[in-house]
Amino acid sequence: MSPIVQFDNVRRTYQMGGVTVEALKGVSFSVMPGEFISIMGPSGCGKSTLLNLLGCLDRPSSGRYLLGGDDVSRMEDDDLSTIRGARLGFIFQSYNLIQQLTVVENIEVPLYYQDVDEETSRAKAVELAAMVGLADRIDHKPFELSGGQQQRVAIARSLVNDPLVLLADEPTGNLDSKSGTEILQLFDKLHASGKTLILVTHDDDVAQRAQRNIRLRDGHIESDVRR
Amino acid sequence: MSAAESSHRSLRWLRLKRAFRLGLKSLWLHRLRSLLTVMGIVFGVCSVIAMLAIGEGASYEAQEAIKNLGSQNIILRSAKPPEEQKVSDQSSQSRVLAYGLTYTDVNRIRATIPGVTIMMPARIMNDYVWHISRRLNSDIIGTVPWYPRLRNRHMASGRFFSDGEMDQKSAVCVLDAKLARSLFPITSPLGKDVRVGSTYYSVVGVIDPPSKAPVDDDGTVGGSGSTKGEMFIPLETARLRYGDLLIKRRAGSMEAERVELHEVTVKVETTEQVGSVADAVKQVLEHTHKKKDYEIIVPLELLRQKEKTKRIFNIVLGSIAAISLVVGGIGIMNIMLATVTERTREIGIRRALGARRRDIIIQFLVETVILSGAGGILGVAFGMLVPLIVTHFAGMKTIVTLWSPVLAFTISALVGVVFGIYPALRAAKMDPVEALRHE
Repeated sequence: MSPIVQFDNVRRTYQMGGVTVEALKGVSFSVMPGEFISIMGPSGCGKSTLLNLLGCLDRPSSGRYLLGGDDVSRMEDDDLSTIRGARLGFIFQSYNLIQQLTVVENIEVPLYYQDVDEETSRAKAVELAAMVGLADRIDHKPFELSGGQQQRVAIARSLVNDPLVLLADEPTGNLDSKSGTEILQLFDKLHASGKTLILVTHDDDVAQRAQRNIRLRDGHIESDVRR
Repeated sequence: MSAAESSHRSLRWLRLKRAFRLGLKSLWLHRLRSLLTVMGIVFGVCSVIAMLAIGEGASYEAQEAIKNLGSQNIILRSAKPPEEQKVSDQSSQSRVLAYGLTYTDVNRIRATIPGVTIMMPARIMNDYVWHISRRLNSDIIGTVPWYPRLRNRHMASGRFFSDGEMDQKSAVCVLDAKLARSLFPITSPLGKDVRVGSTYYSVVGVIDPPSKAPVDDDGTVGGSGSTKGEMFIPLETARLRYGDLLIKRRAGSMEAERVELHEVTVKVETTEQVGSVADAVKQVLEHTHKKKDYEIIVPLELLRQKEKTKRIFNIVLGSIAAISLVVGGIGIMNIMLATVTERTREIGIRRALGARRRDIIIQFLVETVILSGAGGILGVAFGMLVPLIVTHFAGMKTIVTLWSPVLAFTISALVGVVFGIYPALRAAKMDPVEALRHE
């Protein structure tokens, strides 16, 4: 089986007022389909940079990134947008729902940019809302929901385009422990159904749920442990 | 068209439809803000249409009046010279004033100036016209049989007097519609007699008023006021009955004026000749008249002047309109820039979820076009309404030309695109990572 994500010696440098800062100093790893990975590390270790690169929101300064077999590290902006819309699902710490849209409309947004026709996308969004347990809230606006509910909408949204990889950035960071646990249970369920998950966190308990832990320090992979 | 091409087209249509719906939703979220932004465009478009309509209406009336005088005509009028007035006040002896155009002038113009086709001399007297016990103060105009043709006037009934009646100095007359109405409210005046002084005239026809009242606000063109009637008699008859002496009774004293002709209309063959013939006429008259006891009116020149004024007026209005639309456009741009900043996070989310730069540009551009388009439509509606209100309450004539709402709306829609592009580009240029981090 070929890896879904493959990083070959990826570097990312930033120019900050004449000073060159190297956030990632040559990172290589690969992810096989169906893996559940957690990425941990102290702040400033390059976690966010790695996540932005994984999410095709940014391009490496050097090195190669293959996503689903295609080299995305040198793609044009428009092509990267298409890749994001088709192959990736994002789950953010602060949910990042669009405030003026209802639950079901929020779930539909990725399909909107895939030119999926309205009936299909609506049916799919309703189905996913039911799957995350929000069947009775589909016409609510985000501000009418609790944090846990909003994060569940975000998870439904990340699944709607049937992505290769789900990227979660501190998904329980803004939640109380009860809702956090619920969200993590949802992740377990997704993993059990064969989804590939990459979860960035600094919470050890959260990281323990993953089958593989990658620790970053100072732009390097410090450890990569499978359990 | 291939199937792929048509599906591509319907896809684009679908995207645009969705962007439109999304735009409406976002604007609806900030109803008051959207409304206020739209108002800028509404007032701009409304003022353009309303001002153009009022301007058009005002110049239309004046131009019609001038046109009725005939663009190929040159009109000469006798005018009492100002110095003559003083003399008549001072010297008690000279009670008879002689001034104005003469039959000699007419013959001289006809003999010396080429290109003159028809001359129309006229004498204008003022008296009461009677029928039994009804009367109306009227201008009694002694003129030639081709008067109606030269002045674009039409007969309501009967006929104008003929050459024969002119030669025979017959006592026939033509009444204008107003005079006919007040003297003969029920019956037809044709064949009846009217009395002026001690002379009876037989009515042969009734003439329509000029298609627009020839009253101009600067008083250069136009004839009698609104309450007077007009009665036309053959020039020769007028000469026979009235002589050349006009007697006015004023404040106990008598004053007499000797005026042979009050008005002479010169018709030239083509409009190109009007200017040169007018100059020639002026020279001839200057040569023979020591005093300036006549005036020369050239309707064509008046028309051209009017058109020039109108053009300047339109330019001024156009600039005002352009400025107000630009102000409205700046308002839209201002709001859209604020909106883009406010929605940075949303832009980041959409970019992360697969929106291309193009999708973001379209999203914001559609919003501005909705704003300016709605402003344009409302502006056109109000702009058509305001002239009606002005006409109703101020009694001014207004004309909404077809092109003015079309133009105003097109410009407003364009303003939306032009002023929407920069904010939309700014939204699209944002780095998704930065945008997502934005609080």
